Parts: sequence; C-alpha cells; structure tokens
Amino acid sequence: MCRPGREAAPARRPGELQVTTFIFRRVLIAIPTLIAISVILFTILHLAPGDPFAELALNPDIPPEVRLNLRKQLGIDDPLPVQYVRWATQVVKGNWGYSFVSRVNVLTLIRQRLPTTLFIVGTAYLVAIPFAILIGVVSAVKQYSWIDNVATTFAFLGISLPSFFTGLVFILIFSIWLRWLPFIYSTHLPGSGLTYLWELFKHAVMPITVLALIQMASLTRYVRGAMLDVIGQDYVRTARAKGLAELSVVMKHAFRNALIPVVTILALDLPAIITGALITEQIFRVPGMGSLLINSLEAKDTPVVMFIVFTYAILVVLFTLIADILYGFLDPRIKLA
Amino acid sequence: MAAGTGTTAELAARAEPLFQGRRQRTLWGDAFRQFRRHRMAMLGLIVFSFLVVATLIGPAIYPKPINDIDLAQKLHGPSLSHPFGTDDLGQDILARVLFGGRVSIAVGLVAMLISVTIGTLLGALAGFFGGFTDVVIMRITEVMLSLPQLPLLLLVIYLFRDKLRHAIGPELGTFTMIVVIIGALAWMRVARLVRASFLSIKEKEYIEAARSVGVPSGRLMIVHMLPNALSPVIVAASLGVAAAILTESALSFLGLGFPPDLPTWGRILYDAKDRLDTAPYWAMAPGICIFLAILSINFIGDGLRDALDPRRTSQ
Repeated sequence: MCRPGREAAPARRPGELQVTTFIFRRVLIAIPTLIAISVILFTILHLAPGDPFAELALNPDIPPEVRLNLRKQLGIDDPLPVQYVRWATQVVKGNWGYSFVSRVNVLTLIRQRLPTTLFIVGTAYLVAIPFAILIGVVSAVKQYSWIDNVATTFAFLGISLPSFFTGLVFILIFSIWLRWLPFIYSTHLPGSGLTYLWELFKHAVMPITVLALIQMASLTRYVRGAMLDVIGQDYVRTARAKGLAELSVVMKHAFRNALIPVVTILALDLPAIITGALITEQIFRVPGMGSLLINSLEAKDTPVVMFIVFTYAILVVLFTLIADILYGFLDPRIKLA
Repeated sequence: MAAGTGTTAELAARAEPLFQGRRQRTLWGDAFRQFRRHRMAMLGLIVFSFLVVATLIGPAIYPKPINDIDLAQKLHGPSLSHPFGTDDLGQDILARVLFGGRVSIAVGLVAMLISVTIGTLLGALAGFFGGFTDVVIMRITEVMLSLPQLPLLLLVIYLFRDKLRHAIGPELGTFTMIVVIIGALAWMRVARLVRASFLSIKEKEYIEAARSVGVPSGRLMIVHMLPNALSPVIVAASLGVAAAILTESALSFLGLGFPPDLPTWGRILYDAKDRLDTAPYWAMAPGICIFLAILSINFIGDGLRDALDPRRTSQ
C-alpha cells in the first residue's frame, strides 16, 4: 500500500489543477468529434433516396399549392448546409422535432424507451463484471491449470456464440420446452411488491443473461490478460520475496494495477453493449431503444432515427471520454497536461 | 597461416553432414511450426476448412434446389430425404444451409479484404509520412471509431438498399452493399496497428540504409516496411473474418440483410425464429454453422497471435 508516489501529499495540489485542465481539454476534443458525427449522419440521411413527402404527393386531397407551401415552410428544398445549420441550431436548443409517424415529441418517445434498455444493459453489466473479474484473476494466477483451461474454453464459446442464437436457444429451452419463462418481454406487469418483482425477474432474466454471458466472455479474457501482464512484474516478485501472503500479493499488488486497463475497457465497452443490445431486444421483443430504432427505420421516421443514432453516438463519445479521464486518474504515469 | 585456413576448410567439411537434411529456418517457417503446435488453432483450421469445402462442393454433391416451393413438404422434421428437415415453404434446409454458408463465408472474406486494404493503406500513409497526413488520418479514424457501428449499418443499409438493388440487381446489389459497408466500418483497428508498426519500423537502421541508397518512398513502404508490419495485420484479418460473418448474420437476423431467395446463415435463422415451437431443428442448423465458423476462426486467430508474436514465441 505504501507506494512512494502516494506519500508526496503536498505535491498533489498543483496536480489537481492539472486534472481539471486535463478533463477540460478532453471535453474540448470531444466536441469536434460530435460535430463531425452529426454532419456525417445528417449527410447520410439526406443523400438517401426517398422523400418523406412522397405520400403527401400521392394524396389527391392536398392541393399542389399547399404541398409546395409546406415544402417551403419546412425548407426541404434548401441546400444541404443550410438545412444542417437550421437543424443543428434547433438541436442545440433541445428541440429535436416530432416523430413523423406518431406525432409525439422525439424526446418523449426516447424517454419512454431508454429506461428499459438501460435497465437490461445495466443489470447485465453489473452481473457480468464481478464474475468476469473473479474468473479472470483466478485463471491468470493459476495459468494453464485446469481452471484456466475451462475458463478459456468457456470464454471462447461465449465470444463465438452470437446473441441471436443464444437467445433463440434460451427461448427454446426455457419458454417452449420447460415453459418456465415468457418469451415476450412486457413492461406492463401484473401485481405489486414481491409478485411484481418475481414477474419482472421472469421477464428480464433471459435477455439479461444473454447479454451478460457475451460480456463476461470477452471481459474474462481481458482481465486475464491484464493480470498476466502485471503478475510477471518485478514488484510482484518483490512482494512475494518479502514474505507477504499470496492473497495480499495478488489483490493488493497485482490486481490493483491490473485494474487500470480493465476499468478503461469497462467504460469503452459500454456503448457497444448498448447498441449490441438492440439484437437482444429484438429477440425477446423488449420495448427499448433498439426496437424503436428498427421500427422507425421501417417507417422511415427520420427525426426518430436521427435522434436515436445520435444518442448512441453521444454515448460512445461520452464513455470514451470517461475512459480517457479514468485512465489519466488511475495511472499517474500518464501525463495529465 | 596456411595451416589455419586449412583447418577452417576442414572444419567446414566436417560440419557439412551436420547441416544436411536440415532446411534453412525462415521467419514464416518458424511461425508455421509454432502455429501447428497450437492444438485448438489446428482444430479450428480443420473445422473451418471443412465448412469452406462443404459449402463450396456441397451443393454439387447434394444438388437439391434451394428455392423450390413445395407446400406438401412443409415443416417436415429431419428425415432421409431431407437430413435437416424442410422449412415453411417446403425447401430443403440442408441445401439452403450449404448454399447460405457460401454467401456468409464470402461476405466474411471480402469484407475483411476491404477493411484490411483500407486500414493498411491509411495506417501506412499515416505512419510513414507523419505530420499533417498523420493528424488528418488519425482524426478520421477517431471519428469513425466514435460512430455507433450497428445502428449506422442498419441506417445506411435501410436507406440505400432499394436504390442499389435497382441499380445492379437484387443479389449482387445486396452483396456489394453489405460487404462494402461492413468493410468500410471496420478498418480502424487495422489502421492503428499498421500505423504503430510503421512508426517504430521507420526508425530502424535497415530503413535508414535503404533510404541512403536511394530507395523511393513507395518501394520503401511496400518492400521494406510492409512485410515487417504484417504480423498484427494477419491476426486482425483473421478475427475480422469472424466479425464480418457475425455482423452479416446480425443484419440478416434483423431482417435488413439478404433477401430470402439468396439465403445466408443469418437469413435462414431469421426465417426460422418464429417457428421455434413447431420446428426447432430449422433454427439449429444455421445457428450451429455460424457458431462453428466463428469459433474456429477465433481459435485460428488465437493460434496466429501466438505464432506471430515474437514475445510469445520465445516462451
């Protein structure tokens, strides 16, 4: 515990100032990335064939003057950069527009869907992390033992099993053969208190397990790799040499340092899991962001599609930023300035 | 002195038989030997080769039509005439899985080639020239990495699918689009790896030597630097095939991939998913094929990593 770096307490004060600048700089770097992403998305969406007004043009009840007027009002025929600037100003003001299909404010729509996705993904992640860390550390400490071999085999199976296949196998076993669990996720559950929780568990356990298994598999490999990198270091040998208990060597000296890359990857991976969850959502018909995206794509509901994809992009940038900052905090060797 | 040279020649002559029968060791030869020692990687290679051969010559040996609708034969379980059963249109599932594997594996390989080509090119340029070129390319890479892959794939495919289908036909159109989009969104890792290798190779003495005798930049990059930067690319490429097959299956599974008359493993799984209660065998065949393909490629990638990483080979 008494690493020399930690003793220099007075020297930390200017360091803290540096940390603020460090975070500030990182945030500044993230902004152009977000703008670039929004430009790319906007361009893709508007270069695509298909006209949201095509249906209107076919409707004989709408006179052509009204249609032209509407087009002008909405600025659909303006040049692309003009449209982008108009869209971006509205976005910055928090005005995301309305769904073409349901006429509901896009933000309201997302607010209905996002909690379900976050609940499923978050629980899966929280389940996966402790297991992955435990298995990863044990496999690294006992490298090439039977535990390590079993863990490695399972990790490879988990990485190679696509979620859409595991999901179907789960449904086949638990819903169709055993009839234990419902295969369509519902947000309107009967009962209250314990009955409600039990129902919730029955609905959510399969999607959560599918997501958690995939996550666990790759994370276990990562933890193992990070531990192996650390465990061969001189200071770990020194700790053993001075007669520390093995548990203390592993946990205090090796694991704490192996955590640095692990924490980073935890933050970096999260957006991929959220987007990856859209497949799982589709299998179990979970009414989350993913199914909203698929439905909106099918309905050509441009404002909703744009908002969801942009939300995903914001999540990626945000968690990359968090990973970056965490890395800076955890590893004092990284220059903060 | 004359006696000295005599002894050297004598020694060489005496040593000659010791070297006979021993072939010269090469870097790639060593890597191959190391790879062969990796049991799981060899198993993966065998399984993947089997899948490739089966999908290539399978349809010739098992010539059942894949798109013939026969409703009298619909949803029959596995039997002698239909080893994997039939689907809801009475089409033979084994024939569809064999043909579908061809498309799935082709998508994986071509998409990987596209992403590796783009990644190697950009990474090499960034690493070799440095400065402004490097900054621009790496910024693009960073933005591309920040794009949410799966939603973007869905978006682009959904928007451009119909146009491409009209332009170059439904089959080739879908194939081209899916392969190009998967490849174009997956080159960033390779670019970073190649850039990193190029940055360190650039400082090596043999590059300086080549430069001093006037080797032009292009030749320097391709002949002198690229072969030495290939190891991580080969590993990334093998895993890229698996990732591309997985992505294609996911797209098809979401109904945004290939049309039903051009089945892939993912597409067959998509068709099968609503009949799990009455025809579970329908989903099993393509699902297990995807699983085996991905698993075997992952093991091959692992073996390649062990074989090509000099730090690990020394162990």
